Amino acid sequence: MDFNFTEEQSMVRDTVASFLQDKYDFETRRKIVASESGWRADYWKAFAEELGILGASFSEDLGGLGGGAIDNMIIMEEFGKALVIEPYLGTVVIGGGFMKHSGYAGAASVIEGIVAGATTIAFAYAEPQARYTWRDLKTTAKKEGSGYVLNGHKAVVVGAPFASHLVVTARTGGAQRDTGGVSVFLVDKSLKGIVTRDYPTVDGGRASEVYFENVSIPADALIGEEGGGLPLVDKVIDEATAAVGAEAVGVLRKLHEGTLDYARQRKQFGTAISNFQVLQHRMVDMFIEVEQAVSMTYMATIKLDEGDDERAKAVSAAKVRIGRACKFVGQNAIQIHGGMGMTDELAIGHYFKRASLIEGLFGSVDHHLKRYESLSFGPVSGKAA
Amino acid sequence: MNLDFSPEDVAFRDEVRAFIAENYPAGLREKQEEGEEMAKEDFLSWHRILAKKGWVAPAWPEKYGGPGWTSVQRYIWSEETARADCVPILPFGINMVGPVIYTFATPEQKERFLPPTLSGDIWWAQGYSEPGAGSDLASLKTKAERFTGDDGKEYYLVNGQKTWTTLAQHGDWIFCLVRTDPTAKIQEGISFLLIDMKSPGVTVRPIITLGGEHEVNEVWLENVKVPVENRIYEENKGWTCAKFLLAHERSGIAGVARSKRGIERIRQIASAELGDDGQPLLADPAFKRKVADLEIDLTALEYTELRTLAGEAAGKGPGPESSLLKIKGTEIQQRITELVLEAAGHYGAPYFRGFPNDGDNAHPIGPDFAHRAAPTYFNVRKTSIYGGSNEIQRNIIAKMVLGL
Repeated sequence: MDFNFTEEQSMVRDTVASFLQDKYDFETRRKIVASESGWRADYWKAFAEELGILGASFSEDLGGLGGGAIDNMIIMEEFGKALVIEPYLGTVVIGGGFMKHSGYAGAASVIEGIVAGATTIAFAYAEPQARYTWRDLKTTAKKEGSGYVLNGHKAVVVGAPFASHLVVTARTGGAQRDTGGVSVFLVDKSLKGIVTRDYPTVDGGRASEVYFENVSIPADALIGEEGGGLPLVDKVIDEATAAVGAEAVGVLRKLHEGTLDYARQRKQFGTAISNFQVLQHRMVDMFIEVEQAVSMTYMATIKLDEGDDERAKAVSAAKVRIGRACKFVGQNAIQIHGGMGMTDELAIGHYFKRASLIEGLFGSVDHHLKRYESLSFGPVSGKAA
Repeated sequence: MNLDFSPEDVAFRDEVRAFIAENYPAGLREKQEEGEEMAKEDFLSWHRILAKKGWVAPAWPEKYGGPGWTSVQRYIWSEETARADCVPILPFGINMVGPVIYTFATPEQKERFLPPTLSGDIWWAQGYSEPGAGSDLASLKTKAERFTGDDGKEYYLVNGQKTWTTLAQHGDWIFCLVRTDPTAKIQEGISFLLIDMKSPGVTVRPIITLGGEHEVNEVWLENVKVPVENRIYEENKGWTCAKFLLAHERSGIAGVARSKRGIERIRQIASAELGDDGQPLLADPAFKRKVADLEIDLTALEYTELRTLAGEAAGKGPGPESSLLKIKGTEIQQRITELVLEAAGHYGAPYFRGFPNDGDNAHPIGPDFAHRAAPTYFNVRKTSIYGGSNEIQRNIIAKMVLGL
């Protein structure tokens, strides 16, 4: 049993942290958010070439540096601290995750593109009617000739405006909510028939509504087994959820630290408001929430390689606590900042906005509680008739 | 980063399991499972079995009789003893005064007090709280005045009252914080005294708590003569020992393994009891949600404790972070008792103290688990009050961790 990081992992953290400290301060981020493209393609290139972090979580035989989920956790936590917008989650954690776990024939070359910073990926999984049921799909992929034809509408595809490729879930069979018949495709975003409506998100990111209108894709776009993709989707989304937990930890730490700093310098009634016990205890409760979110993120990340049920249970338990921490720490950070917390000028509100979106990302607290219950309790049988 | 036990740790766990299976008395296990009150002999018999094996004081250094376990081994030990419903080892000697003695006492005092503490020959009571000194412990008023006895030896004359003294009705010795310098600043005039409870002037009076238990007491000290050699550490430096002891009291207070067992028990109970619709209570969405929440919160506590343990293994002592474990651990213990009472439904009401519920198995009064559900719920409210109330723990975190 060991909670220490290896030397390589600590180095990844230091590299990322020092880059972001120099180049991703709050004012810079504000400019990125306001810019036309909404991200810094040159930073992405720097992540690939200067920092070399895009390959940190891939095994060496796939062209990476030999790390794994813990590297993703470390990088996502640092990204959370700086509210980084660039598409690490979609590209490396999710796109890379599908490549790692699917036995995809072209995996090595896709990963090569990811590691080099040439390929960016957004995950088109959500649909307007489906909320958090990943198998609820109206998007279809019909076999035609040697390939498929995609039709459908994907909702709030985060990072799609920055992406060269989309990972798309679609039905190759079965009814709208069936477990079977789900397939996953890697789709070049420039293909004919893909219509995107791009927009900003409330936390400073960018996303798209993506419409597939008779998009012809080749047979080798299929990732994993035709019609049997749901377990793969579940696994990758669990990995993404753990990574988002790590991002949340970075965000939460900043919310908590920022609140402590503000309370120390803000004077009312002739004294710093940090001297008021009612606020001290609130900030202690925030601290407890942050620490538990850290613990749960570690726990979920370590358990990602367990069997499906064990992994899912761990991730859902973690997301419940992380979701609650986002709400509690975020809301109280704003409250303790008073009127200043309401302004766009301070960073604290921007962390709050990100925390609020993370709360619902890949499933709300209620969704994960229900999922945890179904895994932990199964069908309850007792002596009842 | 990984959660795997080493092969040595797995072997250790198997050894511990085998030992408990062979040596833990079945009668005690039954009493523990039913949540019955433990008699003096119940506590002592398991204590003695472990003392004989050399396992009664997992955290003590080897040279004072500890087993020399790593922090992971200690964690395994607490998991396994909880799983097996072992009677807890009372903290007053092993976790509290013992470490104070081996850390601060003279070689003679160590020689005199450590072996009988280990063996169970001394039953220790804790003389900290007073009627006017609860959370504000340093305001304690029990006086100890030095004088020379007729035999020419130095003594303290102790006068005052201690309260909430757990199981002092069985006590052989009591360790007390007393005021030896009434003129000094409040924390600087306190000394740490060991008092033989057979001394003239020591009176123990029961306090009956909400569940009807006689668990705590008042201890009156009236002109009690205590030899100066029973003082641990320097005169007026007792607060150092007191703080040290409080930090030790908090470690292990998370009670993760026992709470796991508690949730397991709720699952059994709620699978057998019926909810409103004739289905098992555990199938009731509202009840199930509460159990799920509890499990998730316990997981968060467990991994927070493991991180603390890893920190301790890396050479950090039990720090103020242990206050977090105390707060969350006790909240969870309390929520467990709430759910058991809720599960008892109507049968939370019958009260059997002094009214034995036996002799007519054909006409039972409710399920067995329900008999202690309400008294236990009432009793466990104490956990967020003792050991420094949870509000005091928040003060400690605010000051020591957050620097406020």
